[in-house]
Amino acid sequence: MKALSGIKIVEFAAFAAGPAVGKHFADHGATVVHIESRVRPDGFRAHYPPYKDNIHGLNRSGLFSLCNNDKLDITLNLKKAPAATALAKKIAAWADVVIENFSPGTMARLGIDYEALKQVKPDLIMLSTSNLGQSGPHAHHAGFGSQLSSLAGFTHLTGYPGGSPQILYGPYIDYIAVAYGATAILAALDYRRRTGKGNYIDTAQYETGLQYLAPILLDYKVNGTIASRDANRDPRAAPHGAYPCKGDDNWCVLSVHSESEWKRLCDVMGNPTWSADQKFATHATRKKNEDELDRKIGEWTSGFAPREVMEKLQAAGIGAGVVNTMKDIYTDPQLAQRPQWVELEHPEIGKMHYQRPPFLLTKTPPGPSKRDPLLAEHNDYFYKELLGLSDAEYRRLVEEQVIY
Amino acid sequence: MSSTDRNAGLLSPYRVLDLTDELGFLCGKILGDLGADVIKIEPPGGDLARRLGPFYKNQPDPEKSLYWFGFNNNKRGITLNLESANGRELFSRLVAKADFIIETFTPGYLDTLGLGYDALSRINPRVILTSITPFGQTGPYCKFKASDIEIMALSGCMSLTGDPGRPPLRVTFPQSYVWTGSYAAMGALMAHHHREQTGEGQQVDVSAQACLLWAFSHAHVFWDLNRHVEKRAGSFMTGRSITGAKMRVFWPCKDGYLNFIIYGGEAGRRTNQALVQWMDSKGMAPEFLKQKDWKTFDIAQVTQEEIDRMEEPIVQFFAGITKAEFFKEVVKREMLGYPVASVKEIFADPQHEARGFWQKIEHPELKTSIDYPGGFAKFSDGACQIWRRAPLIGEHNEEIYSEMGISKEEVTQLKKEGIV
Repeated sequence: MKALSGIKIVEFAAFAAGPAVGKHFADHGATVVHIESRVRPDGFRAHYPPYKDNIHGLNRSGLFSLCNNDKLDITLNLKKAPAATALAKKIAAWADVVIENFSPGTMARLGIDYEALKQVKPDLIMLSTSNLGQSGPHAHHAGFGSQLSSLAGFTHLTGYPGGSPQILYGPYIDYIAVAYGATAILAALDYRRRTGKGNYIDTAQYETGLQYLAPILLDYKVNGTIASRDANRDPRAAPHGAYPCKGDDNWCVLSVHSESEWKRLCDVMGNPTWSADQKFATHATRKKNEDELDRKIGEWTSGFAPREVMEKLQAAGIGAGVVNTMKDIYTDPQLAQRPQWVELEHPEIGKMHYQRPPFLLTKTPPGPSKRDPLLAEHNDYFYKELLGLSDAEYRRLVEEQVIY
Repeated sequence: MSSTDRNAGLLSPYRVLDLTDELGFLCGKILGDLGADVIKIEPPGGDLARRLGPFYKNQPDPEKSLYWFGFNNNKRGITLNLESANGRELFSRLVAKADFIIETFTPGYLDTLGLGYDALSRINPRVILTSITPFGQTGPYCKFKASDIEIMALSGCMSLTGDPGRPPLRVTFPQSYVWTGSYAAMGALMAHHHREQTGEGQQVDVSAQACLLWAFSHAHVFWDLNRHVEKRAGSFMTGRSITGAKMRVFWPCKDGYLNFIIYGGEAGRRTNQALVQWMDSKGMAPEFLKQKDWKTFDIAQVTQEEIDRMEEPIVQFFAGITKAEFFKEVVKREMLGYPVASVKEIFADPQHEARGFWQKIEHPELKTSIDYPGGFAKFSDGACQIWRRAPLIGEHNEEIYSEMGISKEEVTQLKKEGIV
């Protein structure tokens, strides 16, 4: 048995912000229905690389796979009002939870906002996740997480001092909102169980992102300090950074947080003469001479593979790690042991590694257990078996391109 | 709007015992934001993380850490020495009435105290133990030492950040702890759902390394599908075009930087068109940009040469405008893009004011109040907000121990013995 078996979720959602919420529920056994249409397939399918072998195809998207394993996929062409609107309401009435990430106002225009859906399902839980929230002067402004991460302050905090901000790969802030959105739904499910009441949840990805920066927001308010990027430096540790290793573009990190760690690091390095210099004798002097310190440490690490540095230092009780590449994370021994990846066969992609949750429920182990669905793969099954449409009704809706 | 009665929160019936360090602070705070009764348990003398800056008025003091304020509000605080037998006895009594326990000890440590999951579940079979560590409870790294930078490195995040040829970067303000804390909250509530259906409690094993796989998560799929390794590309975006073209993300402007990307898709085409119109209104749009047929512009097929040619006049245009001007125009013209904001500009954004996001929290001990980022979501039925500021060291010892039926005198005695 999985932890969330029996929960029914419907997604009027695309890309990452909505569907990744649904994925976490699907991983734990909820029945999650991803709604798209042939007129407007999920943007990940339509125009967002990577595609298998760099050949575009609606069922060849790696990012769609990442966010949609264990779901049912149906099509519903919402442009075909009023039949499509009525069908959407029927689907919502079947569900416990609706997740949507259209730009604010869209669900209302389609006649399926929370007020409308509550009429057919009074205890419905609905999550609207958007860039800037459902209200306020900028609510209507749509955007992608890769840019919202800048408005919310994250890229200002990333880079070398005095240089350009650096990107945080992908829609960083979307996945912050995913954690908060899923948590909000789980709280609302508990509340419904106890009180019988549904809930409409409005999360602004912007506001969820700012939760992660609370101390430096307070620092500005109280002290007037504007936190900024400072490469890998940390006021409380020295050395603290990424250092070159043997091979092409191989790196390790290490960090020293106390005098006893510094002594142990010197021991591991074989107590080279420079390490006994007064310049490096205390945290304060190491901070003062940190550029030189970093060069010296880098000369030492250059003689080893990243894994060797990590193992030597960890054995001495000093924090250190390999800078894993996007290839390495598939073979990293710790992630492999968990195991973090589940290999499943996909008819058009072939072998695909699906991502397990970052938290493991020890008595109710999560999936992934099924590959992501092809576009419209479960139309028949969902509309007839789960929703209970008759053969004739179903055929008519297909012919009218409502189910399309 | 803001209230101090957490009964308005969705999770008000539940109690959480929080034994975390900074790796797990946010988990308990999130449950607290939702109304749960969270008790932060610190060793006598206070948590070491109280030494983390920044500090109120820049005065390093365990009662003035803004790091503590930011991530431990919505918690009451007690001190308790788990390494003494009496301390463990008191803790066991708290466990008997708790719904959740959150902890960040090195795997195995609680077992050495006789407080591992098996022991805790004997006291309270329904309890959810959420164990948060850098790498998880088992495996070759499970006892490795890791602060933010090691987690960011081993999860692959750093390989994607920084200029090619220079050291990979982390985000300067530590991110891995908050990612981990928030995903841990999701895991804890999933286990809670199962417990409410079946009566069965369990341990939730959270790995920070695994949480951070989500942070930059699109990149690894390029390897899985096509054996292509995405790498750090400085301030450029890669992976949007199958020709390998990279797009500029950060553009210097009059007073800082802007985030603007030449995108494809419907929204991208609308943005590109709106930008050219805006440039043209200032006489800065070259003929070839004005003539461009955006309907057929395909980002997936675009070459580097074409991108470079488009970017040149845009560089000149953006150099002459301010962040505030850019923000105003992108909202008005419905373009994609945002300024690279610092905390200062975030406070100036009228969107937060309009949504009542900032919450003024009283700090009577400092004789002041401070504006905090408020709730993470708006619920139609139920509140999500800050109910109380972070606790002082041992602030609620008497309150909570008296709730357990322990007299004032006994608390005084326990204090003498160094247990609380």
